[in-house]
Amino acid sequence: MAMAALRREGKRFAPLISPRPITAVGSSPLAPTHEDEGPIGVRYISTQVVRNRMKSVKNIQKITKAMKMVAASKLRAIQTKAEDSRGLWQPFTALLGDTPSVDVKKNVIVTVSSDKGLCGGINSTSVKISKALHKLNSGPENETKYVVLGEKAKAQMVRDSKKDIELIITELQKNPLSYTQVSVLADDILKNVEFDALRIVFNKFHSVVSFLPTVSTVLSPEIVEREAEAGGKLSELDSYEIEGGETKGEILQNLAEFQFSCVMFNAVLENACSEQGARMSAMDSSSRNAGDMLDRLTLTYNRTRQASITTELIEIISGASALEG
Amino acid sequence: MLRRASGLLARPILAARARPFSTDLPAAQTADATFVEAWKKVIPNMDPPKTPLSFMQPRPPTPSSIPSKLTVNFVLPYASELATKEVDMVIVPATTGQMGVLPGHVATIAELKPGVLSVHEGNEVTKYFISSGFAFIHANSLADIIAVEAVPLDQIDASLVQKGIAEFTQKLSSATTDLEKAEAQIGIDVHSALNSALTG
Repeated sequence: MAMAALRREGKRFAPLISPRPITAVGSSPLAPTHEDEGPIGVRYISTQVVRNRMKSVKNIQKITKAMKMVAASKLRAIQTKAEDSRGLWQPFTALLGDTPSVDVKKNVIVTVSSDKGLCGGINSTSVKISKALHKLNSGPENETKYVVLGEKAKAQMVRDSKKDIELIITELQKNPLSYTQVSVLADDILKNVEFDALRIVFNKFHSVVSFLPTVSTVLSPEIVEREAEAGGKLSELDSYEIEGGETKGEILQNLAEFQFSCVMFNAVLENACSEQGARMSAMDSSSRNAGDMLDRLTLTYNRTRQASITTELIEIISGASALEG
Repeated sequence: MLRRASGLLARPILAARARPFSTDLPAAQTADATFVEAWKKVIPNMDPPKTPLSFMQPRPPTPSSIPSKLTVNFVLPYASELATKEVDMVIVPATTGQMGVLPGHVATIAELKPGVLSVHEGNEVTKYFISSGFAFIHANSLADIIAVEAVPLDQIDASLVQKGIAEFTQKLSSATTDLEKAEAQIGIDVHSALNSALTG
C-alpha cells in the first residue's frame, strides 16, 4: 500500500530527482555525453557507453603490451652490441683525456636522439642538456652550433634554436646500426661542420629504467696541440713518440677523426639502447594504467547493471503487491 | 603522466648510484671539477651530465720499475678481443713497419696499416689480421690497440685472397677517375697484405 503510494509520488518526482542515473557514477571523465543515452525521461540505464569505453581501453592495453614486447626483444639485441662497443672509446679517453671544460671558439653540440617517440623522457633530456651546454659555452667570442641526430630532437630544436642548427640527420636506425654506417655519418659531420670542439650529447644506458645523460668531448687536432703545449690535462701527450705519418699534425688529424667516429658509434648505440629501455618501461606503465582503468570501468559497468536489475525487480514486486493490495 | 613514470622509476636507482660504496676507489677522478662548477653556476636547476671519465676503468699509474708483462687492450667496434690481458709481447703493423712492443716500451702513438698483429704469450702466439687503426703505448706498460676490423689469421681463405688481388688489379687498370684508382689501390694493398700474411 505504502509502496504504491510512494510509487505514485515517485512518478511525480521522477523528473526532478534524476532522469539520468548513470551520471551519478560518472564523475570521472567517462561520464557519457547527453546524446549517448537516449531521450530524457526514458527509464533505462545505458551500459552501452561503458562497454564501448571498456573495449577501447582493452585495445589500447593490447597495443601497449605488444609495444613493450617489441621493445624488450629489440633491447636485448642492442644491449649486447652497446656493451661490446664500450671498450672502443676508453683508449681515446686514456690518451687524450676528458675535457668538457675546454674553452674554444667554435663549439659544435651533437645531440643524439631517437626517431620514434613513446620512449619516456630520453629525447627531451638530451635536448635540455644540449641547450644548457649551448648556454654554458656561448659568449661574445664563442660560437656554438648544433648538429641534430634524430627526428625527435629535431622537432624540439627547430622550434626555438633554428638559426643555430648546422646539420640535421634523421632515419639513423632504419637499418641495424653498424660501425661503417656511423663512420659515414661521422664523416658527413666532419666535412660539413667547422669545429674546435665537438660535444656529443647522448643517454648512456645504465639499466632498463635508468639512463645517464652524458657529454663526450672530441677536440680538433689544432686544439689538441694547443692544449698539449699549454700543459694541463693533455700535457702528457707531448711525451708520446709518434710513429707513421708525415707530420704530427697529420697523425693528430687522423686520430681526432677516428676518435670521433668511435665515440659516435658508442654514443649512437648507447642512445638506441636507452631508447628501447625507456620505451619498455613507459609501455609497461601504460599497460598497467590501462589495466587499472579497465578494473574501474568493469566495476562501474557491473554496478550499473546491478542497479538496473534491482530497479526492474522493484518494479515487478511493487506491481505484484499493488495487485494483491 | 606516462612520461613522468619512467623518470620516477629511475630516480631511486640514480640516488642509490650516487652514494659510493665503501669499497670504491677514491673518487678523485670521476668528473671534471671545473666543468661541474661552471655548469652549476650557469644552470643551477639541472644536474650536470656525466662525462666519459666517470665510466672509465681506472688506469694504473706508471710503476717505478719495468713490469715483466705488457697489459694489452685490443678493441674492435663490435667486441673487446683482449681486455687488460697480460702478455709478453705484441707486434703491431705500424705504417712505418712492424713494431715489437715489450713491457717498458717508450710511450708511442702509432698509426696502423693492414697487416698481422701477433700477440706473444709464453710460447703461444695468436695472430690476427687487422684492417687499420691505431695503437697507443702508454708509459705504464699498457698498450691500447684499436682496429676497425680484425680476424684470426686461420680464418682467412687463401683462394679468395688470390681472387681479390686479381679483381682489384683489373679494377686499377680500368679505373678512370682518381677516386676509383684510390679505391682499387686500397683493395690491392689490403689483399697483398693478406697474401703476404698468409704466405709469410
